[in-house]
Amino acid sequence: MIYYLARRLFVSALLVGFVSMISFALVFASGNPAAKLAGEAGTAADAANLAAQYGFNRPVTSQYFSWLSGVLQGDFGNSLYFNRPVSELLLQHFPLTAQLGAMAMLLALVVAIPLGIAAGRYPGSIADKIALTLASIGQAMPPFCLAFLFMIVLSVQNQILPASGFDTWRHAIMPCTALAIFAMPAIIRLMRAEMIVVLRSDYIRTARAMGLASRAVVLKYALRNALRPTVSLAAAQMGSLLAGSVVIESVFAINGAGQLAWVSILRGDFPTIQALILVFSLFYIVLTLCADVINGWLDPRVRAQG
Amino acid sequence: MSATMTGITPTGKFTQLRQVLGRNTFLVVLAVLILAAIIGPWLLNADPYTQNLLTRLQEPVWTEDGTWKHVFGTDQLGRDVLARMLYGIRISALIGVSVALMGGVIGTTLGVLAGYFGGVTDRIISFLITARLSLPIILVALAVVSMFGASLLIVVMVLGLLQWERYALVSRTMAASLRNAEFVTASRIQGCSHWQIMWHDILPNLFTNLVIIGTIDAAMAITLEASLSFLGLGVPPPMPSLGLMISEGKENILFQPSLVVIPSVMLFLLVLCVNRCGEYLRASQAKE
Repeated sequence: MIYYLARRLFVSALLVGFVSMISFALVFASGNPAAKLAGEAGTAADAANLAAQYGFNRPVTSQYFSWLSGVLQGDFGNSLYFNRPVSELLLQHFPLTAQLGAMAMLLALVVAIPLGIAAGRYPGSIADKIALTLASIGQAMPPFCLAFLFMIVLSVQNQILPASGFDTWRHAIMPCTALAIFAMPAIIRLMRAEMIVVLRSDYIRTARAMGLASRAVVLKYALRNALRPTVSLAAAQMGSLLAGSVVIESVFAINGAGQLAWVSILRGDFPTIQALILVFSLFYIVLTLCADVINGWLDPRVRAQG
Repeated sequence: MSATMTGITPTGKFTQLRQVLGRNTFLVVLAVLILAAIIGPWLLNADPYTQNLLTRLQEPVWTEDGTWKHVFGTDQLGRDVLARMLYGIRISALIGVSVALMGGVIGTTLGVLAGYFGGVTDRIISFLITARLSLPIILVALAVVSMFGASLLIVVMVLGLLQWERYALVSRTMAASLRNAEFVTASRIQGCSHWQIMWHDILPNLFTNLVIIGTIDAAMAITLEASLSFLGLGVPPPMPSLGLMISEGKENILFQPSLVVIPSVMLFLLVLCVNRCGEYLRASQAKE
């Protein structure tokens, strides 16, 4: 277990390093960031001044390492647009997005796992058909379209729920549901497929043959094994859910990290963009690492291959 | 395959026809949508760019004030919504196909290399796949598009360069399992080079699975393009992209929700059809 843990940690650390390089390099992808910052009215002298001010005239590797050493100490530099430390902006905006993502994920799991179990337990039944139809619809519906449809029905035509903001639980219903429906299809499908495979396995047949009640077999023995891939999937989904909230936050005017990302991208505020891309990736890496560790702990076979 | 084996009991010509069509409904709908997008604007003689401020924000035909001149109404600049929607389908289809192809080439190359050679190659490429998965695709796409300036070509390039991980994952697994297959060993004994083996022996076996992933990827690309355009960093105005139409329509969501609903429903229908066609392919492959 310790060997497995150490190896997973090592790979994750490598990943973080690589992703930090990518998020840093993105700014230089289009050429000269100083000219971009000076804008169309800026002269070459303006650009040179800005380059000197922000250190763009230094070699890229040196810039990268000074940025990285700052990041490791929790200093992401100063936002060019808000004129405040990026770390402060992150602390201000991220909790809202994390809250939104966590609530959406919880909702998705609560609905998708029982549906997946029912569908996998009785393939071809009405429950199965409902689950698969829901999965198809959820998969095809872009979250922001769904969000607008909710908004039109629930806020515009009937004033049931508030259309924007994130102050009370009533504000959270529409954005969370839209995001949850985005995350659900994959979980339903995986849960169903795993359940079908697991229920066919020898140890389930043995459990049945020994006279255990069907409910006990499904919930106690099959579910445990069928849930394992779902843990990994849920972690990965949570990562993309957070990034996907950029669009949802824009629809509902929620002032979270997604909104911050959008504003800083529009304003060319690259210290903030770099930090956000890194933080979102970090979330994904940490979540998948946690899922792997949980799975390794639950299942010795994973530790052996992993 | 006999009828009893497939579990289908043909009771008559009509039932059979209904079953075949029933399974392909989404393919038919998709074909109709694409066909409408290609010849529709020409038949209607409607232009998606012509503005007319005198006839702005007209309601669709099914409401009280609607007219048959603008079946789906007009937007805030008096442009015909139906014509814009049909052009929007064209753009979505173009993006879906080109991004799926581009990602397919990148992902399959990486995946086959990793699966076939294994060892260090596999480790490096697997690492690249994980790194790609950990990057928030929509944020990176937004940032890159904002730096290079929004255009159709940039959107296709960015999405194609970012979205290849599914092909890579599947072709890696399949190539690894085919690596020691008998026909591959036979080719190797005959003296074929690695490239010949990968091209002639491995790749043809992946083809069906790659097409299935292609449908999923095309659907994803259509959704992503719409999201980017919705956020103002995708296809630039005045081009009629479905995402852009939703973004423009949201200004008038209080007075004319149809401006948001029509492109949303069309987007949903398009993605649904592409996905269902992929499912159908998968199911028919699983039967073989």
